[in-house]
Amino acid sequence: MATYRLKTPISEAQIRKLEVNDVVYLSGTVVTARDQAHRRAIELLQKGKALPVNLEGLAVFHCGPVMKKENDSWVAVAAGPTTSTRMEMVEDEFIKGSKVRVVIGKGGMGKRTSAAMVKYGAVYCAFTGGAAVLAAKAIKHVKGVEWLDLGMPEALWILEVDEFGPLVVAIDSCGRNLFLDVAKKVEANRQRIYRKLGFQP
Amino acid sequence: MKQTDSIVENVAFNLVKQAVVYLPDDVKASLRKAYAEETSEAGKTQLKTILDNLALAEKHEAPICQDTGTFVFYVKAGADFEGLDCVEEALTNATRKATFEVPLRPNAVHPFTQKNSGDNTGKGIPQVHWELVSGDSLELTVLAKGGGSENVSVLGMLNPSEGLQGLKRLVVDAVIKAGAQPCPPTILGVGVGGGADAALSLAKKALLKPLDEANEEAEIAGLEREILEAANMTGIGPMGLGGKTTVLGVHVDWAFRHPASFPVAVVFNCWAARRASAKINADGSVEYLTHKKRPR
Repeated sequence: MATYRLKTPISEAQIRKLEVNDVVYLSGTVVTARDQAHRRAIELLQKGKALPVNLEGLAVFHCGPVMKKENDSWVAVAAGPTTSTRMEMVEDEFIKGSKVRVVIGKGGMGKRTSAAMVKYGAVYCAFTGGAAVLAAKAIKHVKGVEWLDLGMPEALWILEVDEFGPLVVAIDSCGRNLFLDVAKKVEANRQRIYRKLGFQP
Repeated sequence: MKQTDSIVENVAFNLVKQAVVYLPDDVKASLRKAYAEETSEAGKTQLKTILDNLALAEKHEAPICQDTGTFVFYVKAGADFEGLDCVEEALTNATRKATFEVPLRPNAVHPFTQKNSGDNTGKGIPQVHWELVSGDSLELTVLAKGGGSENVSVLGMLNPSEGLQGLKRLVVDAVIKAGAQPCPPTILGVGVGGGADAALSLAKKALLKPLDEANEEAEIAGLEREILEAANMTGIGPMGLGGKTTVLGVHVDWAFRHPASFPVAVVFNCWAARRASAKINADGSVEYLTHKKRPR
């Protein structure tokens, strides 16, 4: 495993170098989006309309942060990742339409997303679930917010980050998926556990 | 308004803040032990990040996780405690105040209109569980329960003939199905018997038990150890990235069941097991039970 320090905008060539288990520290622009934001974004993209922020070469972060307003500007208080599997059904369209290069979340994603990452050149990075203060401290500036009508957790928060990480590359653009690898091992272990506990097969 | 109202509100506010910022010592010790013993590289990185984040949360008095959860209060009420009728209102007020002052993420959403109430209160939330005891003191516990771990809860209405084997299988299958979603390493609450609702309530309440406290019934303690060992054989590991630490502890609680029913419930807590307790005495003095040395 290698450690990379990447800065947005990230090129396809940079993404193609990354392999599962690599560690990434990301600087530049990261935009949060979760369930409702994904849904709204895809509606716009499918109609050929632009998103309120151009995501090409940037990172999308599955995160519903706690933000507070200090002297008229927003400050991130806590900003860890949310469960990415909820976005599995729509992430491929989102990557295709937005040209985003990095998807950050927790818990991993499935085959649809993996296939889109191979096709369009993107990676999925796992950030430790719950490590919200560490994430918030890497956010240097809240550049803006869109779709605040969806509520604080669901809005698009446009964040300037410095050395955001450690992010573990869990799905690379060659089709490898760390979470699916672990799932395979777990499935084999299930049979060992059943035998140990004396279950009937 | 009785004088105890404002005391209950202040104590509840302090408990919410303590819970979301500082993990109880037993959970921290367990995470440190897991970090020392984890052999998977990716898993160790996750545990290191968790410990670094805990230190930062304490330093900045910021919530450990951005999902500050929904709030469940457990009230052990002395029948002679003055002002019991105002306790629920005080808990609601404390939750609202904490939302703006800590601050917390507004996590109360209307299930049909999707509208967020904005202050973590609303119909049925915060949840309050009552236990009436004799005496004139009031013991309050708050559990800040995250959504990721709640989403993988399981209720099985087993056939009684499946017995203990069926119970163990249900728990192991639940842990495997949950995978990375509940933010492992998790704590498992297992509720057995009662009815469907009782099993789930027992399971969730079991999460309040400290990790270093063994079950007082030897047979149940043995069952807990067996389930813990099996869960950690899955290889799911910290945050599902592989490793030997999937579950930090298992707590089982039970109630008598109907002859035809064998309910088994599994409720998960993420590694950020946020709980805090205090006791309010009749004279207005307060003892903080879980966070004795913490600033308030």
